Amino acid sequence: MRNLLCRLGRLALNSVQEAGGMTIFLLEALGQAFLPPFRFRRLFREMDFIGVRSSLIILLTGAFTGMVLGLQGYYTLKRYGSEGALGSAVALSLIRELGPVLTALMVSGRAGSAITAEIGIMRITEQLDAMDTMAVNPLQYVVSPKLLAALICVPLLTGIFDVVGIFGGYLIGVVLLGVSSGSYFNGMVQSVQTLDVNGGIVKSLVFGLTIILVACYKGYYTERGAEGVSRATTETVVLSAVLVLAWDYIITSFFM
Amino acid sequence: MIQIIDLTRSFNGQTVLDGINLEVPTGKITVIIGKSGAGKSVLLKHVIGLLKPDRGRILIDDFDITRASPRQLQEFKMRLGVLFQGGALFDSLSVLENVAFPLREKTRLPEGEILRRARERLAQVNLAAEVEDKYPDELSGGMKKRVALARALIQEPEMMLFDEPVTGLDPPMTNTVFHLIGKTHQEIGYTGLIVSHDIPGVFQVADYVAMLHGGRIIARGTPAEIQGHPDPVVQSFIKGEVNFLEA
Repeated sequence: MRNLLCRLGRLALNSVQEAGGMTIFLLEALGQAFLPPFRFRRLFREMDFIGVRSSLIILLTGAFTGMVLGLQGYYTLKRYGSEGALGSAVALSLIRELGPVLTALMVSGRAGSAITAEIGIMRITEQLDAMDTMAVNPLQYVVSPKLLAALICVPLLTGIFDVVGIFGGYLIGVVLLGVSSGSYFNGMVQSVQTLDVNGGIVKSLVFGLTIILVACYKGYYTERGAEGVSRATTETVVLSAVLVLAWDYIITSFFM
Repeated sequence: MIQIIDLTRSFNGQTVLDGINLEVPTGKITVIIGKSGAGKSVLLKHVIGLLKPDRGRILIDDFDITRASPRQLQEFKMRLGVLFQGGALFDSLSVLENVAFPLREKTRLPEGEILRRARERLAQVNLAAEVEDKYPDELSGGMKKRVALARALIQEPEMMLFDEPVTGLDPPMTNTVFHLIGKTHQEIGYTGLIVSHDIPGVFQVADYVAMLHGGRIIARGTPAEIQGHPDPVVQSFIKGEVNFLEA
């Protein structure tokens, strides 16, 4: 019993310590982003990696999510004779919840793990130390452009996910199952409020920053060679997913 | 001059450096020898400013880097060149971009001048123009070391620090790297600090040698003095005797 309490206590202390470390890391990296030299080329390179190269997977997952919502929503609403509300059900589900959450999870799986591996290998092969000895701040050169790119790209990817998902729902609901096109879009326009869109934007900003912060932090503090990189990559994906869902609950409670 | 005074550092309760005192004279090459795991690289990382000691000071021309602010440390690093054990070349950059990196980041020189200097440094370490577009994973171990040496020298540093510069190299390439260190030292005149366990290779370039053992400097002097040192631990290490390595 005592051992169990000790382990729980140690786990809690480690978690608090890691949260503190991550917060300081984030503040330092964001602070460096606004100090010269401004690395626009590095920023565009990271926007290409995090944003452009994630767009195909976002298009696919967005389309299929919308199609599933269209299918499930239609048969559920039909029981109550409310098929006309399908458009608003699909749009609200996507804009408030599924768009930001699934986009973040997809970007974390595709780009987050790769970023951890990239920075982790730079750490264990002393490339970050080499940069430091050349009086080039590794946080500014490596981490800051990735965080800025995440803040720009993840909300845009979320927007793409939402739009494609809405058309996926349209394809199933209207084209295949015969819901009226007018009621699909009218219901959507009437039910989606500015607060819903703002909530989605806030979530995508927070989620984007969270997943890339976790990826950079885990890579930056990688230890013990190839095994350490492997462990850091796994931790990135797991911790990012847990934090995204935890943030989702917290932010949702503020926007209800 | 680099002065290391009472430098002490522990990791997880184990003392790795236990009151190190050492002077590295300006314009000379000092080599720190010692068996693997003796703490040579840890000592070097303190001199670079990558690690902070538990106790003690490191004075570079009377400037204490252990108490320097981050800004002062950045300025100090501008005077420094470091050759890391594995080369630490940036994977995503070509050979030429690697060598040009410090000039691109820290100077406002025109691009043409940066490339000219980078090519000049590559020639200085006997690397042909054909390698400049290659990436680090396309190079042999010896070539990586030479590219890393060219990159470390591109800003003509006042101090050059070498972390095991010949580890993993075959004997001809070991001699080549030591020859290049000697040659570039004569041309640039930097203060050199090398940590290595390569005996007798290091004696080719050393002006002074110090031996690190048990967290302390147990012997220091010219290469001839170290080779004739009466301490049996020093003699065992120089002769590569098995009982010492197993201790």
